[in-house]
Amino acid sequence: MFKNLTVGRALVYAALLLMAIYYLLPLYVMLTTSFKSLDDIREGNMLALPQAWQGGAWGKAWATACTGVECNGMQGFFWNSIKMTLPAVAISTLLGAVNGYVVSMWRFRGSDALFTMLLVGCFIPFQVVLLPMAQLLGYLGLANTTAGLVLVHVVYGTAFTTLFFRNFYITVPDELVKAARIDGAGFWTIFFRILLPISGPIFVVCIIWQFTQIWNDFLFGVVFASGESQPITVALNNLVNTSTGVKEYNVDMAAAIIAALPTLFVYMVAGRYFVRGLTAGAVKG
Amino acid sequence: MAALSINNVCKTYANGTDVLKGINIAIEDGEFLILVGPSGCGKSTLLNMIAGLDDISSGDIAIGNKRVNELSPKDRDIAMVFQSYALYPSMTVRENISFGLEIRKTPKADIDATVKRVAEMLQITHLLERKPGQMSGGQRQRVAMGRALARNPAIFLFDEPLSNLDAKLRVEMRTEIKLMHQRLKSTIVYVTHDQIEAMTLGDKIAVMKDGIVQQFGSPQDIYDNPANLFVAGFIGSPSMNFIPATVVQSGSDIGVKICDDNGCVVLPLPHDKARLAQWVGKEVIFGIRPEQITDARTAYRDGLPVMACHIDVIEPTGPDTLVFVSLNNTKVCCRTHPTEAKYPGESMELVFDVSKAVLFDPKTEARIV
Repeated sequence: MFKNLTVGRALVYAALLLMAIYYLLPLYVMLTTSFKSLDDIREGNMLALPQAWQGGAWGKAWATACTGVECNGMQGFFWNSIKMTLPAVAISTLLGAVNGYVVSMWRFRGSDALFTMLLVGCFIPFQVVLLPMAQLLGYLGLANTTAGLVLVHVVYGTAFTTLFFRNFYITVPDELVKAARIDGAGFWTIFFRILLPISGPIFVVCIIWQFTQIWNDFLFGVVFASGESQPITVALNNLVNTSTGVKEYNVDMAAAIIAALPTLFVYMVAGRYFVRGLTAGAVKG
Repeated sequence: MAALSINNVCKTYANGTDVLKGINIAIEDGEFLILVGPSGCGKSTLLNMIAGLDDISSGDIAIGNKRVNELSPKDRDIAMVFQSYALYPSMTVRENISFGLEIRKTPKADIDATVKRVAEMLQITHLLERKPGQMSGGQRQRVAMGRALARNPAIFLFDEPLSNLDAKLRVEMRTEIKLMHQRLKSTIVYVTHDQIEAMTLGDKIAVMKDGIVQQFGSPQDIYDNPANLFVAGFIGSPSMNFIPATVVQSGSDIGVKICDDNGCVVLPLPHDKARLAQWVGKEVIFGIRPEQITDARTAYRDGLPVMACHIDVIEPTGPDTLVFVSLNNTKVCCRTHPTEAKYPGESMELVFDVSKAVLFDPKTEARIV
């Protein structure tokens, strides 16, 4: 494997290695710190491995750490986030698929204008909609509920998912839809029987994107949810900011990793499809 | 099977572009209609309107005496074969063929029988369980035709079905489509930009340009009697020679004056004298097909005007050798027998069969005689 190793090559590899280390270092520190005892953290080197591997911080982060007044750890909030993310991802992705199908295959008067407006939706800063959204959620009786958060994320995410699906379906020849119409298929039959079966790659892209966005969201979570219904990102913030005299770095780190695990998991399972999906339109013959 | 009539059909887009400007075409039950023309002439739009995929701005389309303007594609009893084949990528060949039948709630046993029959007819039985992605272009083309055949529609619509195939396969499939038409006696509307496909396949050809039918007739009629300069140049390969020339009176004859480096001759025209007389002394475009300028051996009649011409280039095609000469400062293609053709730089006696020659008005491009 080193047969073709020229100086240039070696430099490239060295640079790549350096970059990899640079990006992996924080993860390494988080992981090792979460397994250290507090004494170990105080006395030892930040980069050193734990003197004795201890899992206690993980248990505490999950079940007993204090996030404000409550001291039930992250577990409840973890499930909050699941209950918020799964429906929000599912609904926004399906909506995006139908929207993308309509704006690419069933052009109507003003469909381009509609699509442009949806596109603009991708660029509206979160902060702008905070107050009107709070008001709306109040009217709907969804303030401080997980359902309310789901609604917010669906509304915000649909712009992105529509864009994804539209750009995917635009690469599908519209003769396919014409053929199906002549065969007698209607709007939904064409969608479910012809287009959905070939939409796998773009679904993966959309789900990863939406899952990451919604799971990691902090602003909407902190504004539109409170107490019991808060998502895990808000809980993590509260946990880190709640001090009982001693700063428990190991618990903080464990909690942070718990909060990040689902997105990591989604990337590992579906990551290779992600790249494939993003380039699917580009390489089609 | 059914007749098709298109009456004064227009298409205007929302932005005001007129794509079709009053199309009138009628064909009998079982006829093979070709819509041919350069890209942008509106032929595909017309086909989509027959299919119901595009709205009709004004006029009527009737399939078998039934006005179909407002009917949706599925209720028009048509089937269509697309240029990209448009096979459903996630379905096997069997599912592709049966999809339309299934949607129309055909009984399962009938569907199976139809798929079997169609697959045998097109020799694709061994492909039935494959997906479109696992097949070659020619195989996909067959499946696309099978999908149309399975439905047994009143009219088949073909939208440039052969243009994605390589040259050899295209000729093969062309023959097969013609064979299928002869066997099934089906009514077919076929869009192409390829004039050879138009000539070989059609019972009737509509030559279109700029949203207007330039000429509608049988292939031979259009070839022999083109209505205008565009049709004359579009149909035929190599295309008709257009030589700018002056109409002159020579004794009792009226003819066109043709010159090359060595001098001039007058080719007397056997056409309607009264009509020609109006053009004496005026510039016209003299249209003559390559096979009408040939060597003495190939010319089938004696007594035709002969002219010795200086050869610029020759192109042997095998059965014929194309000889290029320069007449009235225009490059002219002549089709000669391979053994009779001389070489570039030499002079060759060429026989002009003017009986089928045509004249066009250089301004309006309309046919004179």
